Amino acid sequence: MIEIEGLTKTFGEGPTAFTALDDVSVTIQSNEFFTLLGPSGCGKTTLLRTIAGFLDPTRGKLTLDGEDLLSKPPHHRPVNTVFQSYALFPHMTVSENIAFGLQMLKRPKAEISATVSEMLELVQMTAMADRKTAQISGGQQQRVALARALAPRPKVLLLDEPLSALDFKLRKEMQLELKRLQHETGITFVFVTHDQEEALTMSDRIAVMNAGTIRQIGGPRDIYDHPAERFVADFIGDTNFLKAQMLSTEGAGSKVRLSSGAEIMAKPAQGEPPATNGASVTLAVRPEHADLCDPNGALLAGSLKNVVYFGTDTHYHVGLESGEMFILRRQNQPGHTQNWATGDRVGLDFAPGTAQILKD
Amino acid sequence: MSDMALSDPAPSPETRARRERRSRWLLLTPALVILSLAASGPLLVVVIYSFLTPGDYGGVEWQFSLDPWFNVVAERDFFTEELKLADAHLLVFWRSIKLSLMTAILCLIVGFPTAYFIATRPAHRRDMWMLLIMIPFWTNLLIRTFAIMELIRNQGTINTLLMASGVIDEPIQMLYTEFSVLVGMTYVYLPLMILPIYASMERLDFNLVEAGYDLYATRLQVLRRIIFPLVKPGVVAGSILVFVPCLGAYVTPRVLGGGKQLMLGNLIELQFGQLRNWPLGAALALTLLAVVMVALVFYVRAIGREGEHNA
Repeated sequence: MIEIEGLTKTFGEGPTAFTALDDVSVTIQSNEFFTLLGPSGCGKTTLLRTIAGFLDPTRGKLTLDGEDLLSKPPHHRPVNTVFQSYALFPHMTVSENIAFGLQMLKRPKAEISATVSEMLELVQMTAMADRKTAQISGGQQQRVALARALAPRPKVLLLDEPLSALDFKLRKEMQLELKRLQHETGITFVFVTHDQEEALTMSDRIAVMNAGTIRQIGGPRDIYDHPAERFVADFIGDTNFLKAQMLSTEGAGSKVRLSSGAEIMAKPAQGEPPATNGASVTLAVRPEHADLCDPNGALLAGSLKNVVYFGTDTHYHVGLESGEMFILRRQNQPGHTQNWATGDRVGLDFAPGTAQILKD
Repeated sequence: MSDMALSDPAPSPETRARRERRSRWLLLTPALVILSLAASGPLLVVVIYSFLTPGDYGGVEWQFSLDPWFNVVAERDFFTEELKLADAHLLVFWRSIKLSLMTAILCLIVGFPTAYFIATRPAHRRDMWMLLIMIPFWTNLLIRTFAIMELIRNQGTINTLLMASGVIDEPIQMLYTEFSVLVGMTYVYLPLMILPIYASMERLDFNLVEAGYDLYATRLQVLRRIIFPLVKPGVVAGSILVFVPCLGAYVTPRVLGGGKQLMLGNLIELQFGQLRNWPLGAALALTLLAVVMVALVFYVRAIGREGEHNA
């Protein structure tokens, strides 16, 4: 279990100082696939490098299973890193790379060679054992980097955007592979990425970061279905934002009035006392949760500005009467006969309880 | 028809290949001319001179003789005609090789950390550091050598300071010793070690260093197992660049060795100058060339073998 408390990292001093981590606190459970997700410059890599020991925080606490990590240099931390650039040693073969950490730990020779062959098998690289790292492909280098970091059996494996250099298909494959490895080894994975889809498919829990702070922590479904604030809703998946007015709180839901005057139940903001009645709030509606319908009696109405065909689905861009733009997504199915064309006046509908009220 | 074919022949593939080869040789011509006139030509003269008889007032007499080569390693006693080893020459050979090796090692010990320091500075500062390294290199060799002399002579800066502070009562004799030659050559040739090491250090991916620490290596292990093997080409180049000119060094041992600590360069100069034995000078020069080549072959072989061993 990694416990991070009030971790702050400031680069430089005076007016040019830059706060990369601003009072970050989070607890990462053992055997968890934990993802730090955020745009570049949000502090996710700084946090990862602090756990690895390559950066000293300005203040804060960092413990692993109750043991202080900050007082230890990187080579005394039971933590290994898979680098974004892989950082494989070019003057060594694949097996020598994997054996390196074990050699440094002064493990017996027999144990080293046994672990190396086990790791080679785990990442399916046995046939390449004696190749130099320059003689294997990017995807294979990725596997070797993984095997090298896993070989010493660290308590925590840190992965710094390890899939970003791979092409789309290979990336998909490696996502499942990583999930499998995490499951088989039972090691805590802390994974850094800016790819929200990658985060959603692989993680047990995700911490969404922005500007040096953690904005929301939760499981993939939690984060996608209940974004706490505009930044999270916008960063994870596509979202439409609608202005609305708070009417009343009824049980677990809140009744709001849309710009068209229609009233509907929405999910209240996470971890916040409900907004006061009459206050203006922002709603987040996922594009796949809304549907087109007849403009008469619809929740919202507008004119169809654009229809974009994507193969599996079609995106409809609707200019609402309130001036807001709403994008909705419909899956293309053989039975679909209803067709809308650009310029048509259309209605918008979504089920009660699908819209999420955001924290302001 | 036949006229047209003659005036405008389509070049066959062989003709084109031949033309291409010829134009490539043409590009090489200036270099070939300079090399044959300025290097091979004079070298041939030296080889020929080393088999001739010395003239009475310098120069050579065109009479074949093996004496010069014989005299490189042995001498005949003037009175008894007894054969013995040319101790003086062998001593100079030994001193040259020893001092050159020590200079190369000293330059490596000083130059490696320096190159590492510069390579780990922020990119915009590195040029300034390299400039500071290069400025002495662009300064006249004699001036630099005299500057060292000023530092270490008996009434020089170091001795004056030490005596004024009461550490010593009498000046330490540093000038005109092997030590002074060693210090002088290390100072003069240090940039030639730093430059190639820095060049390979700059290309080093410092992620690899972090990866080393991450995989439980200590600083020393990272240096030995990761940094050193990866910058070895620079170390090899630097060692050769220092060792070879040291073997033939002339000005530094002359000024700082004061005629007592002769090196090969001085011995050769002596034959062409005061001793007026041009053929012996030529033979000594060629011996120096042979020593350099043998040393290089050994060095490169040893490095190559180690490389294979690591692989």
